[in-house]
Amino acid sequence: MGHYIALAGVLFAIGIFGVLTRRNAIGILMSLELMFNAANINFVAFNKYIASSSGTLTGQIFAIFIVVVAAAEAVVGLAIVLLIYRNWKGIDVDRINIMKW
Amino acid sequence: MEFVSNFFSDVASQPVFYLLSLALILCALMVVTLKNIFHCAIFLILALFTVAGLYILLHAEFLAAVQVLIYVGAVSVLMIFAIMLTSQISSKVIKQSNEQSTVAFVAAFFFLIASQLALWKTKWNIGEVELPEKNILSLGKLLMTDYVLPFEVVSILLLAALIGAVVLARREGS
Repeated sequence: MGHYIALAGVLFAIGIFGVLTRRNAIGILMSLELMFNAANINFVAFNKYIASSSGTLTGQIFAIFIVVVAAAEAVVGLAIVLLIYRNWKGIDVDRINIMKW
Repeated sequence: MEFVSNFFSDVASQPVFYLLSLALILCALMVVTLKNIFHCAIFLILALFTVAGLYILLHAEFLAAVQVLIYVGAVSVLMIFAIMLTSQISSKVIKQSNEQSTVAFVAAFFFLIASQLALWKTKWNIGEVELPEKNILSLGKLLMTDYVLPFEVVSILLLAALIGAVVLARREGS
C-alpha cells in the first residue's frame, strides 16, 4: 500500500509545482486535475488496504464524488477562463491582477 | 518487521504497478513543464489513462470506467476545447512558466519530503480488505441506500455548475 500512497504524494507535489509555476490559467486547471487524481488514488488505496470493516466501499464512493466535483470545477473554471479571454484577450494569470490590490 | 514486510509485499510488487507509476510520473512532469499547452493536454490524457490502470490494479473497476468516461472523455475534451477557443496560446510556443519556478520547486519539494516522511513514519493499521466480488453491484446499492443524500447533493452541485457555466459563458446582450 505504501507504494500507492508514495506515488500519490509525488503526483500531488508535481501538481503543486504546476499550479505555482504556470502562467496560463488552463495550465493551472490541468495541474489541479493532477492533484485531484492524487487524492483519488489515496482514497482507493486506503479503501483497499485499510477499512474499518471488511467489504465496505466507502473510499470508492468518495472517489466517485471527487470525480464529479472535479468535473464541475473544470466546467466552471473553463467558463471563467473563456470569459477572461474575451475581456483581456489573453489568459496569463500574472496579467490578470485586478483583484490583487 | 512483520509490519514492514507487509507494507512492501503486495500488489505493488508487480511490475505492472511500477510501469504504470513510472508512466504516470513522467506524464505528470510533462504536463507541468512542457511549453506547448496542447502537448500538455495530450500528456494529461495519458496520465489520466494510467490512473485508470492503477484503479484496475486496486480492484476498483467501476472507478476505472468512470475515470476513462469522465476524465478522458469529458474533462480532457473540455480542456482541449478551451485551448482551441483561446487560440492565442495553442499555436505559438510561448513562455509558460513564471519567474517563481525556484520557489515553487522548493515548495513542492518540501511538500514531497513532508508527505513521504509522514507516510513512512506512520504505523498503518494495514490489512488487505476483502472487496466484494460484484463491485458495481455493491457500489450502486451503497449509492442508493447509505449515501443517497450525498449523491443527491452532488447531483445538485453538478446542475448548479452546469447552469453557472452557461450563464458565465453566454455573451452579454444576446
